Amino acid sequence: MELPTQTFRVTRADLIRYAGASGDFNPIHWSDRFATKVGLPGVIAHGMFTMALVGRAVTAWAGSPDAVVDFGVRFTRPVVVPDDDAGTEIVVTAVVREVTEAGLTRLDVTATCLGEKVLSQARATVRTAG
Amino acid sequence: MPLDQSFVGRAYPPTAPYQVGREKIREFATAIGATDPAHHDPEAARALGHPDVVAPPTFAIVLTMAANRQMIEDPELGIDYSRVVHGDQRFAYTRPVVAGDELVCVNAIEDVTSRGGHEFVTTRTEVHTTVGEPVVTAWMKLVVRGEA
Repeated sequence: MELPTQTFRVTRADLIRYAGASGDFNPIHWSDRFATKVGLPGVIAHGMFTMALVGRAVTAWAGSPDAVVDFGVRFTRPVVVPDDDAGTEIVVTAVVREVTEAGLTRLDVTATCLGEKVLSQARATVRTAG
Repeated sequence: MPLDQSFVGRAYPPTAPYQVGREKIREFATAIGATDPAHHDPEAARALGHPDVVAPPTFAIVLTMAANRQMIEDPELGIDYSRVVHGDQRFAYTRPVVAGDELVCVNAIEDVTSRGGHEFVTTRTEVHTTVGEPVVTAWMKLVVRGEA
């Protein structure tokens, strides 16, 4: 079963806010000068910010903010966030891989940016509402 | 110089307790756009059976990433942090993190491997309350990029 697609817009302001909230002030997430110096195309989103957005998608599908019991991802491609008002967009989809008798649902999640996968092996296990 | 494989299994002393604040959970939830009332309103959280506001599933990174400095800055292990990229992240929850929790992290190095000129260090962080109740286990794989 495929779950409804969820889309998240990501701007530079989101990265600044996430840096402050998470304590991750790595300059590759706010300085073009620094990001390009280390070989990146520009400022990139925190991998953990992308994972947090996927977490929002997962809890929305689960129907409860406290439903996640296991959640893992591999960061495979940077999400480049341009310095403009539009930013970029992360599209999150998932399929239900398994529903266990213990009331757990296992999801295989896909997250893309500009049509390219930015995560692999993204999996979540949620307690099924009810 | 390759990382020392004998570090696999090394455990570190527990970190100082981290006090999970209601406003910190609200700030983190706001930063990721998580608007569910249970992240912001203690009454909404209580209605779900929690003592106070509930953290979003990736909130634990705030504690575990800070705790991981123990390993990243271990001079004996010798990771060059300027070459580190976050490879994988996983959380396995016993229960959600909630405001009021006092949490301690216990770090261990689970795996050290080398492939294609890069090195991979997997850390495991057991997060429990100061009275020993398990809350979440986090695994982080760090990729130390080879000097090309």
